[in-house]
Amino acid sequence: MRENHNLINKLDWATIGIYLLLVLVGWISIYAAVYNETSRNIFDLSQRYGMQAIWIASALFLAIIILLVDAKFYPVFAYILYAGVTLLLALVLVIGTEVNGSRSWFIIGPFRLQPAELAKVATALALARLMGAQGFILKRKQAIFKITLTVGLPVLFIFLQHDTGSALVFGSFLIMLYREGLSGWIVNAIIFAAIIFILSILWQPVAVLMLSAIAGLAALAVRQRKTLPAITAATAIFVPYFIIVKKLFPALDIRIPHPDYIFLVICIAMMIIGAIYAGRRKLRYFRYICCFFIGSAALAYSVDYVFGNILQPHQRDRIENLLGLKEDLQGTGYNVHQSMIAIGSGGLSGKGFLQGTQTKYNFVPEQSTDFIFCTIGEEWGFLGALATVSAYLLLLIRLVIIAERQKDAFARIYAYCVLSILFFHFSINIGMTVGLAPVVGIPLPFISYGGSSLWAFTILLFILLKLDAVRWD
Amino acid sequence: MNDYSKKSTLIIGTFLFVAIIMAVRLFWIQVVDTSYKVTASNNVLRYEVEYPARGLITDRNGVLLVDNQTAYDIMVVARELKPFDTTAFCTIFNIPVQQFKTTVNDIYRRRRALGYQPVAVMKQAPAEYYAVFQEQAYKFPGFYAQARSLRNYPRPIAGNLLGYVTEADTATINKDTYYKPGDYIGRSGIEESYENYLRGKKGISIYVRDVHNKIKESYHGGAYDSIPVAGTNLICTIDGDLQEYGEWLMKNKVGSIVAIEPATGEILTLISSPGIDPRLLVGINRNFQRIQSDPLKPLFNRAIMSPYPPGSTFKVVNALIGLNENVVFPHTRYNCYHGYKIGRGVGCHTHPSPLDMIQSIQMSCNAYYCYVLRDILDNPKYENIEQSFVKWCDYVKSFGFGKKTGVDIPSEQSGSLPSVPLYNRTFGEGRWKSLSIISLAIGQAELGATPLQMANLAAIVANHGYYHTPHIIRGTQDSLFAGKYKERHYTMVDTAYFPAIIEGMYRAVHGGAGATARRAMIPGIEMCGKTGTAQNPHGEDHSTFMCFAPRENPKIVIAAYIENAGFGATWAAPIASLMVEKYLNGEVKRKDLEKHIRENTPVKKTPHEGKP
Repeated sequence: MRENHNLINKLDWATIGIYLLLVLVGWISIYAAVYNETSRNIFDLSQRYGMQAIWIASALFLAIIILLVDAKFYPVFAYILYAGVTLLLALVLVIGTEVNGSRSWFIIGPFRLQPAELAKVATALALARLMGAQGFILKRKQAIFKITLTVGLPVLFIFLQHDTGSALVFGSFLIMLYREGLSGWIVNAIIFAAIIFILSILWQPVAVLMLSAIAGLAALAVRQRKTLPAITAATAIFVPYFIIVKKLFPALDIRIPHPDYIFLVICIAMMIIGAIYAGRRKLRYFRYICCFFIGSAALAYSVDYVFGNILQPHQRDRIENLLGLKEDLQGTGYNVHQSMIAIGSGGLSGKGFLQGTQTKYNFVPEQSTDFIFCTIGEEWGFLGALATVSAYLLLLIRLVIIAERQKDAFARIYAYCVLSILFFHFSINIGMTVGLAPVVGIPLPFISYGGSSLWAFTILLFILLKLDAVRWD
Repeated sequence: MNDYSKKSTLIIGTFLFVAIIMAVRLFWIQVVDTSYKVTASNNVLRYEVEYPARGLITDRNGVLLVDNQTAYDIMVVARELKPFDTTAFCTIFNIPVQQFKTTVNDIYRRRRALGYQPVAVMKQAPAEYYAVFQEQAYKFPGFYAQARSLRNYPRPIAGNLLGYVTEADTATINKDTYYKPGDYIGRSGIEESYENYLRGKKGISIYVRDVHNKIKESYHGGAYDSIPVAGTNLICTIDGDLQEYGEWLMKNKVGSIVAIEPATGEILTLISSPGIDPRLLVGINRNFQRIQSDPLKPLFNRAIMSPYPPGSTFKVVNALIGLNENVVFPHTRYNCYHGYKIGRGVGCHTHPSPLDMIQSIQMSCNAYYCYVLRDILDNPKYENIEQSFVKWCDYVKSFGFGKKTGVDIPSEQSGSLPSVPLYNRTFGEGRWKSLSIISLAIGQAELGATPLQMANLAAIVANHGYYHTPHIIRGTQDSLFAGKYKERHYTMVDTAYFPAIIEGMYRAVHGGAGATARRAMIPGIEMCGKTGTAQNPHGEDHSTFMCFAPRENPKIVIAAYIENAGFGATWAAPIASLMVEKYLNGEVKRKDLEKHIRENTPVKKTPHEGKP
């Protein structure tokens, strides 16, 4: 008894409070989203809100069990859990049922289980165990290999299930890796690569290159106060650009086949010469700039191929819709358009509970699951939406605080895994409903309808709360 | 600050940054940008329209000219469509099976997008098909019939006058928010100019619908709904029997007849031949295309749109101007040597000479009016020809020429009048004189008047110098538009000068030897008339005649214009006279004349100058 009493005192009730609030908001929103006149009872099991009541009750029950299990269980059984879940991921490929194009569900009677949701928990635990071990140094090649393998295995299976959204979630571990010592350069490089990828879809590769060259040279000039080499390099790039691509001297009437490519070859040749020169003079940053430029060029010119051949057509459509390259409001852009109409029509204070016309009459597909935020936006307006966003922000900040107060590396790394996953879900899900992110089929944590996701997020969060509660023991 | 806490701060900063971007985006689409609210109501609201019956039109005697018939649009709700016997369906409506199958398959394919929104598969099916369909409707799930009101014409007359009803086109819909796709609108004639009376008011019910277009509830409990209001019934000034008789007489002739009641300006008939059978333009069919491509232009309403040279009927105007200007007098006599021999000259036919003014009208002497016009234009009262000519033009305008009469149907043309700038361009400034424009004396050259304007001239003479704006709608069934047409428009000629002209016109009909319009005489009716034979650069002369009867308290004036029919006395005069007889006596006794007119067509002749 005393032990339990202590546990209650040591639990982080702020986090639990936000958790309960979000779960409740979710339940009410699901009620509003699938509400119909004939069954008004929120516990009606034939309706999704009735089922959600069961999921909530069982999730709370799970939470209590997790809190009662000895905290040592998690590091000890981390690998076994990981192995078990990986097995399930493999199994679902064989005996799973295909729903909406992804073979990622076990369907047993009325219950559906998505092992990919559990894989997030298991992978987080396995990573914490791996990286929390004594003597683990992130910078070693062997360490990087192990991390890649740990994350890559479930991601591979999930990709094979055609559940790209869930697979992308694992990319969020980058936040945890950054905190654990991954160089800021790598994070910056990834962000730059993403920007170049998006810009290359929008613009000609050569324009993207010009922009990246300007950015790189500006960085050189500002950070290293090397104005002269920056200007020299700029001249070396821009002069051939204007002569070859823009044909600055029309009087010469030069007919150049593939001006882009000739320009590129000249640039890269000059870069290599520049890099060799810089190497002799030990001008380190100039070498970086050269690598950066050559890397950008490689990426910018490969985007067309990736975009056209590797991505699935529906993924291409989603990106094109998001970037405004395509407007197909009846087809591929329908969901986001209707979602923005629902949210946008909510106004400052919303239409009121059960008064949302877009919600009530099913204009937004998937409204109780991935697009649940529309219900909040329409019926509770800007104030309700802002409150929800704030609740997530508070939860995430709280989790950073919790993570940083852990003495144990396992607990800290696990905590960062949890907040990385939550942040990814939160930002991508709400982002897609308001047209800021591409449509990725992942739920809004604690709010979206669904047993697997609610269970997975509950388990994820409450293991952390348990670890946090015993941090002094 | 160590490296780790720096990193965790940066991570929190990133979270904050993302949350702020979201908040700004939410604020933008929810509070600042209002377009989503509009789209949301478009998504949800469905407007169901109930169409009112269009107003009826009766003639001056209360006989229906236009009423309504019911036709049926066959609608289908794509979501309720199930396999059915297409052949049976096509047999009922007598339509090709293959084409119908294609239509239905297309609708079935789009059933998700269409949802519960009904689509018309057949428009305006006649009532007899509908009756059969209704008996077998159980065989065709998802199909139902929606009643639409179409125009119905008890008599196939007055097509150009009445106009027709058609679906509103895109341009109209964009301009006037009242009209929505599928709505009907009046085109040409009365249907167009009195559209606002005839159309009534659509009833609108607003419903809230779901994503499948299924109606869920009445919007705000029906607070914004309205019931349809039937169109206003109109009373026309047309005499249906006379109109029908005139159209019957005009068979195989090209031209126009306009009859007016001079005391009120009410138009009794307005005939343009060839005309259109209004029944052909009801509903959706290909007749419109066919009629439009007819070389005789049946859609062209000659009575108000075609400017014809008035010919000798215009002598009346010159005579009145001369009298008012005190340059000629009823007793003034001029010689005629088979025409006017000064300058290029104008020919004339054989008649006694010299004639006074009354005789000149009776016998339609061309030379006499050349003297009259020169007397007017060379009047020393005026400094130069320009001044006197402007004065002459003002007189002519006061008779309603060169401007629209203001009749209440669309597309009226103003006809044409020469002007000083025109002659300055033709002859050079200061280089023209009265002789240059002598053709105006006999209503030729640059003069153009619509048959309506010529009928109006007859009304002015009949009224001794004034006219009421000619019109075609007397009012609605509840109130007359009398006030609008009460005003008398006087000409610039003193009323005292008219009796002499009337006497001349009387003698033209009743005057015996030398009178030009003897064929127009009706036993027992004192009629005044003036023939005209208008030269026409494109072919045979036009035959024209204007008249009024009885001489005292005239009840009817008529202007008849028969294209390429030669002498005014041969065709226009007898036709007008038959019309007068029909109107005043109720029946025509001169069956031989009627038979002759009805069974013959004007014989083409080669044009030559100087006819009465």
